[in-house]
Amino acid sequence: MKHLLSTRDLSREDATLILDTAQELLAVAERPVKKLPTLRGRTIVNLFYEDSTRTRISFEAAAKRLSADVINFSAKGSSVSKGESLKDTALTLQAMGADAVVIRHSASGAPHLLAESQWMRGAVVNAGDGTHEHPTQALLDAFTMRRHLGELDGKNIVIVGDVLHSRVARSNAYLLSTLGANVTLVSPPTLFPVGIETWPVATSYNLDASLESADAVMMLRVQNERMNASFFPSAREYSRRYGLNAQRVAKLAEHAIVMHPGPMNRGMEITADVADSDRSVIVEQVTNGVAVRMAVLYLLLSGSQTPEAIES
Amino acid sequence: MSILIRNAKLFGESEVNVLIEGDTITDIGAGVGENASADTTIDATGLVLLPGLVDLHTHLREPGREDAETVATGTRAAARGGFTCVFAMANTEPVADTAGVVEQVFRLGQESGACDVQPIGAVTVGLNGTQLSELGAMADSAANVRVFSDDGKCVHDAVLMRRALEYVKAFDGVIAQHAQEPRLTEGAQMNEGPLSGELGLTGWPAVAEEAIIARDVLLAEHVGSRLHVCHLSTRGSVEILRWAKSRGINVTAEVTPHHLLLDDDLVRGYNPIYKVNPPLRSKDDVLAVREGLADGTIDIVATDHAPHPMEDKECEWQVAAFGMLGLETALSVVQKTMIDTGAITWARVAEAMSANPARIGRIDHHGRPLAAGEPANLVLFDPAATRVVDATDTASLSRNNPYAGIELPGRVVHTLLRGSFTVRDGELTEGAQA
Repeated sequence: MKHLLSTRDLSREDATLILDTAQELLAVAERPVKKLPTLRGRTIVNLFYEDSTRTRISFEAAAKRLSADVINFSAKGSSVSKGESLKDTALTLQAMGADAVVIRHSASGAPHLLAESQWMRGAVVNAGDGTHEHPTQALLDAFTMRRHLGELDGKNIVIVGDVLHSRVARSNAYLLSTLGANVTLVSPPTLFPVGIETWPVATSYNLDASLESADAVMMLRVQNERMNASFFPSAREYSRRYGLNAQRVAKLAEHAIVMHPGPMNRGMEITADVADSDRSVIVEQVTNGVAVRMAVLYLLLSGSQTPEAIES
Repeated sequence: MSILIRNAKLFGESEVNVLIEGDTITDIGAGVGENASADTTIDATGLVLLPGLVDLHTHLREPGREDAETVATGTRAAARGGFTCVFAMANTEPVADTAGVVEQVFRLGQESGACDVQPIGAVTVGLNGTQLSELGAMADSAANVRVFSDDGKCVHDAVLMRRALEYVKAFDGVIAQHAQEPRLTEGAQMNEGPLSGELGLTGWPAVAEEAIIARDVLLAEHVGSRLHVCHLSTRGSVEILRWAKSRGINVTAEVTPHHLLLDDDLVRGYNPIYKVNPPLRSKDDVLAVREGLADGTIDIVATDHAPHPMEDKECEWQVAAFGMLGLETALSVVQKTMIDTGAITWARVAEAMSANPARIGRIDHHGRPLAAGEPANLVLFDPAATRVVDATDTASLSRNNPYAGIELPGRVVHTLLRGSFTVRDGELTEGAQA
């Protein structure tokens, strides 16, 4: 694995290796000294063209716990609005000796462009690109599910919301299917992309019908800009038909968990009482995010070492 | 100055000699001129003889974007592709929406020497889709404009489109529509289908093209006007056109070389070289436009040659410019997709790339038959040659060539414009580089 651009091209072996490695690294977070020397002297750049404090600090914490040097390059708005081009930025990062670039960008495919260009040689990690993918989010979601549900083979995962515009939905759909789970995407018809039938998932327009057999329910954020673009009549109607509330949670099996990639619209796709309930693993997802990102950076940058080497 | 071309295969069929004196073909046929003492004799054994090609859809970028292309460089690229006349699209800066701008482009074309330039006028002021340009003034100008198009944008207002169709009847003009329903294509990046969903790129649905074509053919029928559909790209569009023609509606249509060859699978790597409008479509659409061209539903091939500077393609897909080069590869792509597949003959290529576009554009000095007394505009093409396309081997100022690195058949050997070589032995002549 040279880059992490999408979960679609992750094999089951690679995905499992990342999750197993994260499991080992999670232990580090529980030590008094939360730091490993593994990536000492390596430089990781967080190149963020979009605001995303939570993803950036998660990557930053992951890199620092592996002793890497971290440079935060906030380029918000600069590429798309005629600032420095991605090419020039990449050439600059190459000149500064970046070993890996973690990129968040509003344009789908920007990480591919970076990885496939000759502009820089470092590893590229996709930290969310447009409406395409957000692979480390899916990995941390899978990691969280595995901790609560065990191996994902045959587990029923329901993902609810704006599939059309969600990079989280895309990455999860591919990753969870690769790991053997049965994924059901639930959305109003307007928020499914054309061609959804080619995805390795089941689809439904009816949330209530999908809940009973679910082992995990993941709610997606509904962006404000969708509200006025006729994807659905009103926020209230969306909430009634597709929001997760206490009545719906009551239909879930005892062991089923509730997830959300954050940031949440409380009262829209999820009610506050559900978000804060025992079923919710939303805060734990954040904790696991650091371990998963550590695993990704570790595997991309430390070459052929096995997870056991972490221990020594 | 006289030229004797020997043993050329007329429309790829029987061998003929062509005798040219001055700017005119004086004789053509088997054994013609064998005893004449021409100033220049060309052995054209194995070469296909076609009338000089006419492109109804070229972006020359001048005035305004001389960093991407100029009339001089674009016409040289045209000559290298076997063209003797190109229609220059109106979306320049300033827009070609006045007699002044179209006359400027026309004059630059006359100065080029590589290829004739026939300006297209904008339908609406500034391509804004709200007010008709002075269509009559452009028609009456020295540029003698007959084709009007807001290409790059759709004349989406139904009333404005109706008025434009009606108005140009006064001077036998035609509205060339870029069929794209704007609300259905807001932010659109690629063909809407399984791949757009997977890649997270906003879809450009076929229906956005087809809905406008359906509306426009009905409008053209209602007001008895002439409509031309630019760069048709979907199976549905071909079917609507077929239906419209069967009703006797006065409509013509074009397909680009890239829509004959390339499909949307190429978008998978997010390389903006494949970003074009209308977008590359599905494999089934590619087959459908080939069928449409073969059965005459689609009248012409037009390049939509769209030069862009490097920086507008070396960037994120979403911010990259739409468009690809086409003049220098058009005939090769048509050979690959239509001749080598047995779908059409070279005689039909001559219709689709010379006679028909000249007729649609109402120019009388190009797209003529190859016969004695006709202007000596012709191209000699070697269908047995092959080449791996090299983006840097071009007369264009731009390099956004989607065929770079792939092998295409055929090679333009000679192009003659009014009896003068613009390309000879595959190279631009000095006269074409004046």
